[in-house]
Amino acid sequence: MSLLQIKNLSVEFGSEKNPFRAVEGLDLSVDQGEIVGIVGESGSGKSVTMMAMMGLLEGQGRIVADELSFDGKNLLTISARERRKIVGKDIAMIFQDPMTSLNPSYTVGYQIMEVLKVHQGLRGAELKARALELMELVEIPAAKTRLEAYPHQLSGGMSQRVMIAVALACNPKLLIADEPTTALDVTIQAQIMDLLVNLQKERNMALLMITHDLAVIAEVAHRVAVMYAGQVAEEGRVPQLFRHPVHPYTNALLSSIPEHSKGARRLVTLPGIVPGQYDRPSGCLLSPRCPYVQERCRAERPGITAHEHGAVRCFYPLFEKKEAP
Amino acid sequence: MSQTVLQARDLTRHYEVSQGFMKPKAVVKALNGVSFELKAGKTLAVVGESGCGKSTLARQLTLIEAPTAGSLVLDGVDIASAGKAALKALRSKVQMVFQNPYASLNPRQKVGDQLGEPLLINTSLTAQQREDKVKAMMKRVGLRPEHYYRYPHMFSGGQRQRIAIARAMMLQPQIVIADEPTSALDVSIQAQVLNLFMDLQEEFNTAYVFISHNLAVVEHVADDLMVMYLGRAVEVGSKEVIYAKPLHPYTQALLSATPSIHPEDRSIKIKIHGELPSPLNPPSGCAFHKRCPYATDLCGKEVPQLRALEGREVACHHAETINA
Repeated sequence: MSLLQIKNLSVEFGSEKNPFRAVEGLDLSVDQGEIVGIVGESGSGKSVTMMAMMGLLEGQGRIVADELSFDGKNLLTISARERRKIVGKDIAMIFQDPMTSLNPSYTVGYQIMEVLKVHQGLRGAELKARALELMELVEIPAAKTRLEAYPHQLSGGMSQRVMIAVALACNPKLLIADEPTTALDVTIQAQIMDLLVNLQKERNMALLMITHDLAVIAEVAHRVAVMYAGQVAEEGRVPQLFRHPVHPYTNALLSSIPEHSKGARRLVTLPGIVPGQYDRPSGCLLSPRCPYVQERCRAERPGITAHEHGAVRCFYPLFEKKEAP
Repeated sequence: MSQTVLQARDLTRHYEVSQGFMKPKAVVKALNGVSFELKAGKTLAVVGESGCGKSTLARQLTLIEAPTAGSLVLDGVDIASAGKAALKALRSKVQMVFQNPYASLNPRQKVGDQLGEPLLINTSLTAQQREDKVKAMMKRVGLRPEHYYRYPHMFSGGQRQRIAIARAMMLQPQIVIADEPTSALDVSIQAQVLNLFMDLQEEFNTAYVFISHNLAVVEHVADDLMVMYLGRAVEVGSKEVIYAKPLHPYTQALLSATPSIHPEDRSIKIKIHGELPSPLNPPSGCAFHKRCPYATDLCGKEVPQLRALEGREVACHHAETINA
C-alpha cells in the first residue's frame, strides 16, 4: 500500500452555485522511498492539491475525494487535533521562498527547537544538541554560531537549508517541497537539490516535489505527474515520460524549452494561455490550444487511462510520432 | 561587417555604503572593469548569479547612472564628453525591458497611453499619428487594437511582457537591454516571448544585451556571451565556442549546475561548494578561488586578467592546465 494515496480529489472555491474547480479528479500515489514530481504552469492546481492534503485550506475550499489517506489514516475524516499530530511530524513541507517562510523575529535555532519541543517533547541540553545535529545534517557551516543567527543574517541558500532542517526535525515519512529552489541561483539550486536527494536516500523518505521546472524533475524524480488546469494530463516514469511524452500538452511543454530547439532560430510554441476561472472550455481543457484537436475533444472531457509506462488523459494520445497539422 | 553600436572599456561602478555612525564608508565594487563591444542586430548575453553586477551593468548602459570610471561609447558618442542634449538623444537609442512585467507597467495608465509616451516626449508627432504608430506596434507584438484602451491588470504575464517589449521598441532603438525578461514567465509563455524578441531583432536590426541566469535560454538567443562573477567578466566569447568547451571553472560549474531534461546526455560535471562572497569584502586575488576546485596559492594572491585563449577570452591563471 502506498504511503500517500489520493483518489479522485477535487477542490472547489467560490459559491455553491458558481463554483471554480481548481483541482479536478486528481489521482496520485507516493510510495515510501520514492521521489515524485508534480509539474505544471502557474494556475495548474499543483499547490492547491498539496494544501488540500495538508489541511491548509480549512474554511476556504471544498475538498471532495474518494480517498485521501496517509500511512493508513484517512485525512478526510480525521479531527483537527489528530491532523496536527501528523502534519509537521510525519508530513513536513518546505516552501518556495525561504526568506518569507522563516519568522524574522526569532533566531533560526529557536525555530528549529520549536518543532522539537512541540512534536518530540525535548527540553534543555538534549534539545540544543538535537538542533545542532540538524544544522550539521543540512551542511550549514559554523552551525553552532548560526543557531543564534536571525533569518536576515543568512543568504537565500542558507535559509533554505534551515527550512530543510526544520522540516526534517521529526524524521518525516513524507517531505513535500513546493518549488524549493525557484528563488535560488543555479549553483545554489544544485547544492540544495543534492542535499535533498541525499537526505531522501539516507532516510528512505518519500519526497514530493512541486515545481514548474521540468528540468529539475528530470534530474531527480522517479515518477512525474504533469498538471494542466487542475487535472493530471499525464503521469509516468522518468525518463520515459521525458523521452516519449504521449499527451499533446506534455509534448508541447517539452518542445517549448530552449534545450529542445538547439540550432533552430525559433522555439516551438503552444498558442494561447492556461484557461482561468471564467474561460474553461466544456470539452477537454486543452482543446482550444491543442494542435491535434478533434470534434470529440471539444464535446467531451477525457478520463485518465493507463498505458504501459503511465497514464494519460487524452482521447488521442501520441503513441506514435505525429506531425502537427 | 555590421556596425558597432556600443563599446564599453573598463566600465567600472563603485558604490559607497554607510557602515554606521562614525565608521568609515565601505566601497562596493559592483562593476569592476568590464569591456565589450556590441554590433547592430546581434545579441550579447550577460550571465551570472545574483550579485555579479549584471543589473549594475544594465544601469550604466541605459545611462540611468554614470560609471565611476571607464568609457562608454554609444553610437559613436562618448558619454563622458556628451552634453545634456546629446545624452537625451542617446537615451532614446537605448531602451530597456525589465524582469517583472507586473511591476514595470504603470497600473493607472492605459496601455495605449504608456506606449504613446515615448513618442510624446521624444518626437513631435500629432496625437493621431502617435495612436497609429502605437496600434501598429501593438499589432506587431501580437496585441489586439482593442487592448489600446485597457489597463495593465487586465492582461496576463505574457501579454504584459509583450506590452513592455512594445514600449521599448516604440522609438526603434538601436539597443535594447533586457534584464531577465522571461524569468517571471511560464515555459510555454517564455517560448512565445523569446520568439517575439527574435522576430523584432530581425525586423529592426536591434542589438540586444540579454541579461539572464538561465543558460538554456541564453544558448538559444545569444550570439556572444559574457560570464560575470563578482563584478568582473570571467569568460567572454562567441556562444558556440564557449558552449562547446567552457574554459573557466565558473562557466563550467554554471553549465553543469543548470538542470537538464536529459541529464544523462550531459558531459561536464563539476560541483562547487559555498556561496557567492560578499561584494563588501571580496576575497583577495581571483574572486572565485574560495569556491574553485582547482585553486592554488597563486589564485589567492593575484587577480587573473582576461587573456585570449582558444578563440575566446578567459580570466583564469590555470585555464590551460585544468582543461588539458
